[in-house]
Amino acid sequence: MAADGLLHVELVAPDRTVWSGQADMVIARTIEGDVGVLRGHAPLLSLLTDAVVEISTPDAGVVVAVVDGGFISVANDRVSILSDHAQLPEEIDVDKARSELEEARGLMGANDDAERRLRRAEARIRAVEKSS
Amino acid sequence: MAVSLREYRARIKSTESMKKITRAMELIAASRIIKAQQRAQSAAPYARELTRAISAVATYSNVDHALTTEPEDPKRAAILIVTSDRGLAGAYSSSVLKEAERLIEKLRGEGKDVAVYIAGRKGEAYFKFRGRAIENAWTGFSDQPSHQAASEIGAALIEAFLDEDEQGVDEVHVVFTRFRSMLTQEPTAVRLLPLEVVEGEERPESTEVLPLYEFEPSAEAVLDALLPRYVESRIFFALLQSAASELAARQKAMKSATDNAQELIKKYTRIANQARQAGITQEISEIVGGVNALADAQAGSE
Repeated sequence: MAADGLLHVELVAPDRTVWSGQADMVIARTIEGDVGVLRGHAPLLSLLTDAVVEISTPDAGVVVAVVDGGFISVANDRVSILSDHAQLPEEIDVDKARSELEEARGLMGANDDAERRLRRAEARIRAVEKSS
Repeated sequence: MAVSLREYRARIKSTESMKKITRAMELIAASRIIKAQQRAQSAAPYARELTRAISAVATYSNVDHALTTEPEDPKRAAILIVTSDRGLAGAYSSSVLKEAERLIEKLRGEGKDVAVYIAGRKGEAYFKFRGRAIENAWTGFSDQPSHQAASEIGAALIEAFLDEDEQGVDEVHVVFTRFRSMLTQEPTAVRLLPLEVVEGEERPESTEVLPLYEFEPSAEAVLDALLPRYVESRIFFALLQSAASELAARQKAMKSATDNAQELIKKYTRIANQARQAGITQEISEIVGGVNALADAQAGSE
């Protein structure tokens, strides 16, 4: 597909396309661990965990996005990342994420939900830190 | 002239203010349709990628999933009816309900029990008024559905479908209004569950070769996560289509209401003018009559 040696990446949420374009490399965190995708990667379908996705663009920039679960599909140098919630750092409210993090820490151990909230808040803060 | 001029003037006035309201609603609906269409468009990439991934799994693994297995002896069917929250949209809600009734009849004819799930207040009111049982209803989002609403509905329907006991259902249908164009919207019934994976408009072209996939952690786990999403995405699609259809129906209904109001105003203005003219004529003839009578009386006394 991408004859010019680049990956075609689409990062989509159910109600919009969050980011789409050409990239050199995509790093995402699946439930089995981090996976890096370069051109010529074997077709892959994998589940993502709540974490940060990094997309290296050809102009040496890095697009960081946070996803709450979802999955990544790679085929023919075409990468699709689908998630129920996907956000770019500039859309993240850091203060809200921090207070969410504190709150979730307080609830830790009480239920599984708190752990998930903690992970999501952490991922958000990490995404903002990485992009700045 | 049974009614006085004053009353006609009052009628014209009230029709005029009604016309202003319907005109405003028409314009609002028209501007919202564009937004609704944009939302439907921006939801398309997700649906397309999801369909692509699912057909990859379906083609390259021999996994059976509970959501794709046909139950042997279907006894109970669920129907999700997507209606509007508000009225003043012409026959929008009633035609989708009519389609739903037809489907219910058909399913009953096949010997299945029907459980009704409803989105939108109009449908809820329809079933409540007739004292018929509703399994579950979601309201408050018909003109701009969120994906969250779709996942709530999807979760409830999947739960009912996977439920093995009496309350569980063996198939799930959706009745919604497909948005063909601004002028035509069609009530449509489709079967949602069990899933027939290779279906839908967004299927990748058959010329495209589907590659051999690696599944992480396993094909089953990936399918487990993907299929509920797929169901949600199809429900979301139905909600978005219905929202666009509702707005188009409302715009059409309000346009004809505005036109009718215009007609009425014209008619009333004519009658009012006639009444006014008749009044003037009468006054003149009274004056003339009075003058004549006076002249006759004076002529008699001289």
